[in-house]
Formats: sequence, C-alpha cells, structure tokens
Amino acid sequence: MAEGRFQVRRRAGVRLWLSAAWLILLVIVALFAPYIAPKDPLEQDLFSGRLPPFWVHGADASFVLGTDSLGRDVLSRIIFGTRIALGVAVVSASVTCIIGAALGLLAGFYRGWVDVLVSRFIDIWMAFPPVLFSILLIAVIGPGLFSIILAIVVIDWTRFARVIRAEAMAQGAMDYVASARVAGRGRFGILLREILPNVLPIIVVLLTLEMGIAVIVEAILSFVNLSISTDDPTWGGMISEGRTSIHQAWWVLVFPLITLFLTVLSFSQLGEGLKDRFDPVLR
Amino acid sequence: MALLQTLLLRMITTAVTLLGVAVIVFFVIRVVPGNPIAMMLPPGATAEDIATLTAIYGLDKSIPQQFLIWAGGVLQGDFGTSITLKQPVLALVLGRLPATLELSVLALGMAILIGGAAALTGTRLRETRVEGGIDIAQGVALSVPDFLWGLVLILVFGVLVPVFQISGRVTPSLQLPFVTDFYLVESVVRLRFDLTLDLLSHMLLPALALAIPLAAIIGQLLKQSLKETMHLDYVTLARTQGYSEAKVIWSQALPNAILPTLTLVGVQFTFLIGGTVIIERLFSYEGLGNMAIDAVINRDLPLIQGIVILFAVIFTGVNLLVDLTYAALNPRLRHG
Repeated sequence: MAEGRFQVRRRAGVRLWLSAAWLILLVIVALFAPYIAPKDPLEQDLFSGRLPPFWVHGADASFVLGTDSLGRDVLSRIIFGTRIALGVAVVSASVTCIIGAALGLLAGFYRGWVDVLVSRFIDIWMAFPPVLFSILLIAVIGPGLFSIILAIVVIDWTRFARVIRAEAMAQGAMDYVASARVAGRGRFGILLREILPNVLPIIVVLLTLEMGIAVIVEAILSFVNLSISTDDPTWGGMISEGRTSIHQAWWVLVFPLITLFLTVLSFSQLGEGLKDRFDPVLR
Repeated sequence: MALLQTLLLRMITTAVTLLGVAVIVFFVIRVVPGNPIAMMLPPGATAEDIATLTAIYGLDKSIPQQFLIWAGGVLQGDFGTSITLKQPVLALVLGRLPATLELSVLALGMAILIGGAAALTGTRLRETRVEGGIDIAQGVALSVPDFLWGLVLILVFGVLVPVFQISGRVTPSLQLPFVTDFYLVESVVRLRFDLTLDLLSHMLLPALALAIPLAAIIGQLLKQSLKETMHLDYVTLARTQGYSEAKVIWSQALPNAILPTLTLVGVQFTFLIGGTVIIERLFSYEGLGNMAIDAVINRDLPLIQGIVILFAVIFTGVNLLVDLTYAALNPRLRHG
C-alpha cells in the first residue's frame, strides 16, 4: 500500500515535469520565433502549395512539415502561432483570475448583498453554453485579439469566483480568522493578510488550468473564423483550414493539432500536479 | 413541507435566471454595430426601403420597448421571425432541437457505459497495472476538451481508417420517410434499421467526442465511491458468504456507491449539451448549435435570441431536475 502511494507520487512528479518542460519550450519558441522559424509565416508561394512533410515522397526538404494550400510553411506558422496562443493564454487568464478571485473573495468573506449579487450572476452565467456565449460576444465586439481576451474574461470569471467564494467562506469560519478579529485586525486587513495567502495555492492552480482553457477558446474562435484575420498564423485557423482539406493535405491539420493537444494537456496536467502538491491531505 | 419549499424556491430562482439570460442576450446583441436589415436587402436599396423593413422587424423602437414587445410575444409562444431564413424562430428552433437532443443523449449513454465499465474494471483489478493504465487514460481524457477529441476522431476514424462518416446527420441521397425530427428514434420505431445504421455512422464520432471527457469524470468518481464502499463491513460480510469478487462489486457495492455519480452526471450533462455547439460545427451536423453559429455570423438577431434562450431553458431545466431528484432521494433534505 505504502509502496503504491509512493509510485503514484513519483508518476505525478514525472507528469508535472514533462508538462513544465513542454510549456517552457513553448515560451522559448514564442520569444525567439523570428530566429527559429525557417520561413516567413505569411509568405505565400502558390507554386509550392500543399507540399507534404519532408519524409513523404514529393516533399521539398526546405518545408520541413510541408505547406498549406497557399504554399505557406506549416512549421513556421506553428512557431509564430505559439506567440498568439501563449499571449492570449497569459493575458486573458491573468485578468480573468484577478477579477474572478476578487469577486469570489468579497462574496465569500463579506457575504450579505455582495454575495447575493455575485451568486445570482454566477447562476445566470451558468445557464449560457460557454462556446455559444463567446461566439456571440465576438460577433458583437468584432473579431480581433483584444475581443478574444475580453470574451474569455467575461465568460470565465465565474470559474474563479465560484471556487474562491466557497474557499473564502470556509476559511472565514476558521479559528485563526476569529483570533485575528479578537486581536483587533480590520475586516479588509484580515481578508488581505490572512485569507488571501491561504487561498493563493488554489488561485495558482485555477490560473494554470485557465491558461489551458484560454488556448482552447482561442483555437475554437479561430476555427469558426472569428479570431484575427485568416492570414495571421493561429493554431485554430490552421486547424480550420486543415479540416476542409483533410483528404488532400492531412499535415495541415495534424501538426497544429498535435501542438495544441500537447499544450492543453500540459496546462491541465501542470494544474492538477500543482493541486496535488498543494493539497495538505495528499501530502 | 420542506420539499415543497425547496421546490418553490428553486422554481423562482430558475425563473429569475432565465429572465436574466433573456435581458442580457437581448441587450448585448443590440449593441452590435452593423445593421442586419441593410445586410438583407440587395445593394441598390434606398434608405426608405431600409427604414420600412426596419419598422417591420420592430428595430426602429428603443431597446427597452423592443424587449417588452419581444417578451410579450414570447409569453404567447411567438419568438419572432428569423431575418435570414424568413420563418418563425420557434418552428426553426424546434425543428433542429431533436437532432441536438438525440446527439446529446447518445453521447450521455456512451459516457455512462464507458465510464461505468472503466470504474468497474478498475475496481475489480485494483492495485494492478490495469488500474494504473485506466487512471492515466482517464487523466488524459479529462484534460483535453471535446473539440480536440472531435478532431482526433476525425483524423483516426474518418481519414486514417475511414469507417465512420465525419460530416452531416444522414446521407443526403437517402429517401427519408420521417414525419418527426427525431430521425434516430423514428427509424427504430419504423423498423428501418438501414436508416438507423446510416444515422449512427454519422452520429458516432461526434457523440464519442462529447462522451470522452464525461466518461473520464464518471469513471473517476464512481471508482472513488466504489473503493470507499469496498471497505465497508457489509461488503466484507458478503465476501465471507462466498460471493465472487465480481458479484460483490456488481450487486453489493455498486448500488450504494452510485448516488454521487448520478448527481454529477446530471450537472455534467448540461456541459455536454453546451459542447454540442462546437462539435456540431466540427462535424457539420445539422443541429441547434450549428444553426446558432450561422445565426451569429449572419447577425440574425431574433434567431440568436431564440436559440440562446432555448439553451438556457435546457440548462436550467436539467439543473432543476437534478436538484429536485437529489432532494427527493436524500432523506436529510426531505425531512430537513
């Protein structure tokens, strides 16, 4: 039994490190995209459209992972797409986290009318299918990177608010809060100095998971052509094109899909791994 | 008494939620810049033509006025007329709803089957390599959303080993004898199993894509509950009475362990229905979600509104049903 537990822990550790390694690699690729990418991601070459990846017969070795229908280099587009994917993930998840966690803390700790209001909004939000909601919002505010980030923030703040609210409520009922109050600390001081540090691990976990969700939302919106212009290299846009030419050029779909899959999986596994680490019961 | 009170309270909050959804959607989509009416008319239309048609659709009034007119109509079952399709929204939406319901229920069934089988196998073979393998597979299944599973399934079973259809609901060249929009149900009722097979070969991959993450959630929770139940005295007693291990799990532990999973399935089912929007798009399946995306792209305000409200009704309805079932089943709440 004890040995089994040890094995589970070690496997969780491997998962955590593999995910972290993939994400660090992505960050490096995003930062140095212009130096790594073999070609210009926007350059079209109609004479070398739909070239297969290098190991398939008829390939041009300079296009390592092949080209799309307009002759653009798949590898270079994936590399530059990393910038958009990670940029959207980091910015939107951080803003979502700050707003959602703040509302959750206020509702859970102060209770009263703040709680009623926040909870009612959460209920209404839960009645929307999120994908439909995001598409609707983008249609209203118009496509673009800023719109995507805004849509993610507007839709996903409830993910943080729900969990943090419950957690703040649980923490607020604990003895250490009561003793801080007896010691004469103000309500807001308690919230900031006592409650917040105790819910911070959960916030970090949720933030990591939210980055994975943001990557997917961006891909979905690019897929339905509501992201930025179709010229710009996004993984979702590439997948969308790949879906239509799946029988002629599978590589246009497969490589961005693998990248997206590993990225989403890594964010999720990293979040779950951190949750296990932070959880005192498991430790 | 307490049950009745719970019921009443939940009905009221549900009504408030739906009203909130209606108000938010109504106002949000009317902030849209472009004029949907101008988009309907041919390029040569005069400003007068646009004004006349705007008045026909009631879009010349103030937004609160429009809302009251619309809400009044909804209470009488009139959800307005689609701008692009020029048909009543209610008829359009109800025509597409069965396709989405059939897909969702099929996906739910698959999720329960796969998740249940994984949990039972994992419990039977606990502390072996098989259990470890199931745990890892579930971890991956859970981490990746339906959209990506859909793409993976398209690649594997649509292109690499093309055994299933990857687009549409039914082969277009087939003669359909159906009078309702519940094609799958009706094909079985009419004993037209050739059509059932065709429908299933179209629905299997999108349903599986929706089912995979939910199956993992069901599998994890059910196995957790089963594990806890397996240590209870009455299970040990059954074992000493000579029942086989499989029988102990199936007939002794399962009935007691299944309740938390059932509650979870209800809540998760709404997420699954929400997932149909993008999955239907991915598989060109002619359901409500696909229609919704078209409506958004075409700025068909009345249609968007109708679809979003219908989704909200389904979501809150399922949640209400789950809560009430739970309240009815849970003696602590029933006698609260």
